[in-house]
Amino acid sequence: MTELETMQTNETVAPSDVIIETRDLHKSFVKGKMVLDGIDCTIRRGEQVVVIGPSGGGKSTFLRCLNMLETPTSGQILVNGEDITAKGVDLDKVRAKMGMVFQHFNLFPHFTVLKNITFAPVTLKLQTPEEAEENAMRLLRRIGLEEKAEAYPSQLSGGQKQRIAIVRALAMNPEIMLFDEPTSALDPEMVGEVLDVMKELAKDNMTMVVVTHEMGFAREVADRILFIDQGHILEQGTPEEFFNNPQQPRTKEFLAKVL
Amino acid sequence: MNAIIDFFKGVGDYLATAFDKTFIREARYMMFLDGLKNTLIIALCATILGVAIGALIAMVKTVHKQSGKLKLLNAICEAYTTIIRGTPVVVQLLIMYFIVFANSTRPVLVGIIGFGINSGAYVAEIMRAGINAVDIGQTEAGRSLGLSHGVTMRSIVLPQAIKNVLPAIGNEFISLLKETSVIGFLGVIDLTKAAQRVISRTADPYFPYIAIALVYLGVVCILNYFVTKLEKRLAKSDRT
Ligand SMILES: Nc1ncnc2c1ncn2[C@@H]1O[C@H](COP(=O)(O)OP(=O)(O)O)[C@@H](O)[C@H]1O
Ligand SMILES: [Mg+2]
Repeated sequence: MTELETMQTNETVAPSDVIIETRDLHKSFVKGKMVLDGIDCTIRRGEQVVVIGPSGGGKSTFLRCLNMLETPTSGQILVNGEDITAKGVDLDKVRAKMGMVFQHFNLFPHFTVLKNITFAPVTLKLQTPEEAEENAMRLLRRIGLEEKAEAYPSQLSGGQKQRIAIVRALAMNPEIMLFDEPTSALDPEMVGEVLDVMKELAKDNMTMVVVTHEMGFAREVADRILFIDQGHILEQGTPEEFFNNPQQPRTKEFLAKVL
Repeated sequence: MNAIIDFFKGVGDYLATAFDKTFIREARYMMFLDGLKNTLIIALCATILGVAIGALIAMVKTVHKQSGKLKLLNAICEAYTTIIRGTPVVVQLLIMYFIVFANSTRPVLVGIIGFGINSGAYVAEIMRAGINAVDIGQTEAGRSLGLSHGVTMRSIVLPQAIKNVLPAIGNEFISLLKETSVIGFLGVIDLTKAAQRVISRTADPYFPYIAIALVYLGVVCILNYFVTKLEKRLAKSDRT
């Protein structure tokens, strides 16, 4: 998306274009210490949002609140207009539409690659076993790992594991993909292959929220960058604005360190 | 010199006659074999029952701790483990045999159930440790895919937990094998009871008791060998 288009969508945003909206989101693990201290944020369909910020600033917690892996202390999270922090919401159903990719892959070690990918859609009866397998093989072909279908995770490299983990999430046909530092646990030579898969996804207009320290990726892929520090969105903007003309002293300080 | 030879000859003669009347005469070795069979059956089935019960309790306790759900079930499980671990197994068996299953004509089954229920309370702790040792990321991955807590537990976490605790379950089987030696009072002819019955005919306690001690020891050593081998193999598969 060009900058102009982004601005236009910003102005003419119809409610149905918003996938996730957080309102005054707070989270604390221990009394008195707010890890998220009032996050208001809107994520639109087809948008790629990259979240950066210093370690311990609350990026992971923010991401994990979005699919309720962490329960917010207060505030609202609207997913397609429904407040998922409300009582009685079927979170399993909400999560089925939100893919998540973890720093440490979290593949199921006792399942083959194929079963890792097909287990959830088949168990949740979203796809028949045949459909799920076909879908999985198609996705594996896309990342060039179809010959690993019958392998176990322990037989894969880190980069392969993470690509499979991405495919596992994609197999659910999610509306949005959440990534929590997907390349931070990888050997440097494997970072590229994972980022490439993510870039492909971005090209296909997948809605993505990506926590990462890969500034090159952020610059190239992000429609918008959120800078989260001490539980606040301190600053946000297009990569252009953010990297070339940061406003806040903390942002400048951070960028000076990582760039 | 002659005295020494006579002594060994005497010992040899005693062993030969004792062996003969303990094992050979009236095919009494069959009694021991049948006894050993019962001992193994009860220990094995009780272990399986114990693992099933233990896994169930561990899952309930873990889900309750993680999500606060299953309050009532959790309370029942707590009561169960407290009672079972707070009373002697022999008393539990007596209650099973004379009260719960009064007039039962199947003492082996009562023994299996009694020891299984007892073992379950201990295996629950083993399983809980095994579940805790599974990376929390596995649960998070399962839940993030929209799988329920129960499915995630049963299909993702538990299989890995059981693998972690297989050696410990092997050790539980070994303990049960020894503990079942009290089962005779229910009328089950296990290995120990077999020895007692033979003694009642030969009036010689030395040989049969030592003999079954050696049998227990032999079986335990064999099982230990396999458990150790299993431990090594699991450790290796974890590394790759
Ligand atoms: N489960 C938890 N229990 C207690 N404190 C936590 C937990 N998760 C995160 N925190 C704390 O919340 C803060 C933000 O953590 P996190 O969201 O992981 O930051 P980031 O991902 O930006 O590095 C840190 O101070 C961390 O110690
Ligand atoms: Mg983090």
